[in-house]
Amino acid sequence: MDIYLLEAVMNGIMLGGLLALLALGLNLIFGVIDVVWICYAELVMGGMYAIYWLHAVYAWPFLLACVAAIALVALFGLLMHRLIIEPILGSAPINQLLATGGMLFFLQSVATLLFGTDFRNVGIRLPIIELGDIDLSFARLLAFIAAIVGAAGLYLFLAKTYLGTAIRAIAQDREIMGLMGVDPRRIYLITSTIGGGLAGLAACLLVLQYDVHPFIGLTFGPITFMICVLGGLGNMFGGVIAAFIMSQIIAIVGYYFSVEISYVLAFVLFIVLIVIRPQGILGR
Amino acid sequence: MIDARIAAGIGLAALIALPFLLPTYFLHIVIQALLLGLINTAWSFMGRFGLVSIGHGAFMGVGAYTSALLWNLYGVTPWLGIPAGMVLAVLLALVIGYPCFHLKIVGHYFALVTLALGQVVALLIIAARDITGGSLGMTPRAVGTSVLALQFQDRTQFYFVAVLLWLVVLGIRAWMSRGMRRAALEAIGEDETAAEAAGINVLREKLWVFVMSAAVTAAGGSVFAQYIMYLNPETVSGVGVSLQIVFAAIAGGMYSALGPTVGALLTLSLTEGLRVLFGTMLIGAANTIYGILLILFIIFMPRGILGVVDGWLRRRPQPQAAPAE
Amino acid sequence: MLAVSQLSADYGSFRALFEVSLAVEAGETVAVIGPNGAGKTTLMRVISGLLLPHSGALTFEDQSIAGLSAHRIVELGIAHVPENRRLFPRLTVEDNLRMGAYLPAARTSFAERLGWAYEHFPRLRERRTQLAGTLSGGEQQMCAIARALMSKPKLLLLDEPSAGLAPLVVQQVFDLVRTIAEEGYTVLIVEQNVQQVLDLVDRAYLLEVGRIALTGSAGELKESDVIRRSYLGL
Repeated sequence: MDIYLLEAVMNGIMLGGLLALLALGLNLIFGVIDVVWICYAELVMGGMYAIYWLHAVYAWPFLLACVAAIALVALFGLLMHRLIIEPILGSAPINQLLATGGMLFFLQSVATLLFGTDFRNVGIRLPIIELGDIDLSFARLLAFIAAIVGAAGLYLFLAKTYLGTAIRAIAQDREIMGLMGVDPRRIYLITSTIGGGLAGLAACLLVLQYDVHPFIGLTFGPITFMICVLGGLGNMFGGVIAAFIMSQIIAIVGYYFSVEISYVLAFVLFIVLIVIRPQGILGR
Repeated sequence: MIDARIAAGIGLAALIALPFLLPTYFLHIVIQALLLGLINTAWSFMGRFGLVSIGHGAFMGVGAYTSALLWNLYGVTPWLGIPAGMVLAVLLALVIGYPCFHLKIVGHYFALVTLALGQVVALLIIAARDITGGSLGMTPRAVGTSVLALQFQDRTQFYFVAVLLWLVVLGIRAWMSRGMRRAALEAIGEDETAAEAAGINVLREKLWVFVMSAAVTAAGGSVFAQYIMYLNPETVSGVGVSLQIVFAAIAGGMYSALGPTVGALLTLSLTEGLRVLFGTMLIGAANTIYGILLILFIIFMPRGILGVVDGWLRRRPQPQAAPAE
Repeated sequence: MLAVSQLSADYGSFRALFEVSLAVEAGETVAVIGPNGAGKTTLMRVISGLLLPHSGALTFEDQSIAGLSAHRIVELGIAHVPENRRLFPRLTVEDNLRMGAYLPAARTSFAERLGWAYEHFPRLRERRTQLAGTLSGGEQQMCAIARALMSKPKLLLLDEPSAGLAPLVVQQVFDLVRTIAEEGYTVLIVEQNVQQVLDLVDRAYLLEVGRIALTGSAGELKESDVIRRSYLGL
């Protein structure tokens, strides 16, 4: 087997871990509150700027900057639900999607206003691991492992705790949650906070590999929605599988042709899949 | 009825007089507002019936690049290039719309499919950088004033092209809003299953508005690029443009005939106003305000500016009957 | 324990309850019977806070509960087994029971309550890792009742526990309700299955088109002409 292809496949797996993490966060909100945060990747962008600023400019230790960024983005998720989604929870779902579309504009342009359109690098250089003939970026490996740990943590939380069970239950029957003594409003706020926190975690991992700029969300935001829908609503496992399939397509096609073509293929595949297997995708 | 005719007459007279009264700079904004306004109107063909696309940049890009590439590469006049772009956009709408509507992909899912479509078109334009110039964009070959090339040195001439086209699109909207067809589409927007049960061919009606919307958007995209004389995947395709179309249509009021155009005027004035006030120092300020306004509009004024005005006009003469007890 | 007085409520745009008054004392088992559409379910939904009353008073242990949200009312000790059971179909049986014990007070004694539930509903122990949506109708009803009892409520509201069940299963469900009542739970049950429910309860109210038409002990109602003619088919 071609050594460079193998490298592309390995990189695809690493990317898959990150995309899976993003899809999990989005899927959580999508599945529980039935709202698409079209600005989800922009929350990640915000987190990346936070880390860049705290670490590269104010010289906070990297890990501390990461913790602060996760907390900040989580808080942002909470506020976004409280201030934007909650008032329009009863109106057509598409309105909620569009309102978060407004947030996308807002975040992109605030970032442009504050930081300009320069690409900024957090300035951490991690070594390259040589695995036989294959070069593997340590940053990617770290991101992959952290993403898997994050996903596993989320799984345990949802499966084993009262709160996690309530989050799974509320998507199935919202009204009856009140009879369990659960305040649905609170569950939504908590879910939004967790969703934001996961975006913050993704930001920590991405900032090691990519430069930050105001439009970085556009490079991986749309693909995350596709993965989320392909995996199936509220289906965490499906989302993870879809993330790895998509990332392999991007990696392998990108290797043979070009990055744009690989994304084109991924999106076309999404359209085809949602059309030929809507029951498998939408079906619960 | 008479009042409406008089109003329309005055409006038309104003439209004809406008280019002779306005300074060039404002005329430039008005022309853009008309062209973007007709694209927003095309979006609202579907949007007002609950069929929300967040990938209309795809059709705009297909239209703009088809006519520009045909002109630059083969010297084909935009008079043929624009219809060619429209045909391509219609085909694209059919390929996407038929399976989606057949399998009842609605709401979020349809929106996400259109988002993917918008990405595909934008990425293909970038990927074909040998002929499109990729992210750097491209310029239609300039030949001075030429009706054949749809290029005019004098803005007034282009203004009349824009007005004519805009009126045609408003006409199409009015034609689409007649009688049974509108009732059918409204029923579909309310409840698809019920509409189907009532004997409405849901698939055909939805496909029809989607195709009309795509065709007009493609034409609008072509003419807009022709006016600006510059095409870029970011400005005529992609997520940003697609969302701006949605925003302008909603802010202006997608349920009113003139709403989407008012939206275009609003967004353009905002961008231009901020640019004039603050210069390029505050790059991004306009979008910041767009973003906040979009959120506020959806929360507090989902029917848009003209929707609210319409509501006032309608409520005044006939107060609502008190609910029977 | 529970006092409902002059309660009016709407179902959608229709008035479903007209100045209904009823009371349940601690330790009693009380039924509300009546035909389809009489407003029985609306009554239950108003008591448990799923629906806001239009007017009237609702007190539980001398505290007004009108207008409180459902999760606050559960905390006070009213558990509601809703119409159609409304289990979480894609949660396991045990996770459904866990949701019933969501309240902090119930969480601490979850293991003990779970043991109690499995003892009374042995079928649920067998099926505890199964998704609730895959249970049979009778098993679902038992799971719903068990879920409501996980919080050890002071008052149990049962909305049509026999609906859609085979006669033999109905008998099992009623036997269980009797056991629960004998253990000291206060129960307010809504039923269309008049014959069997009157054998179970101490007192009953007849609700017809949103109004209390008749009330009395189970024995009195069984002897009443209206009930015999219209509901028992005698």
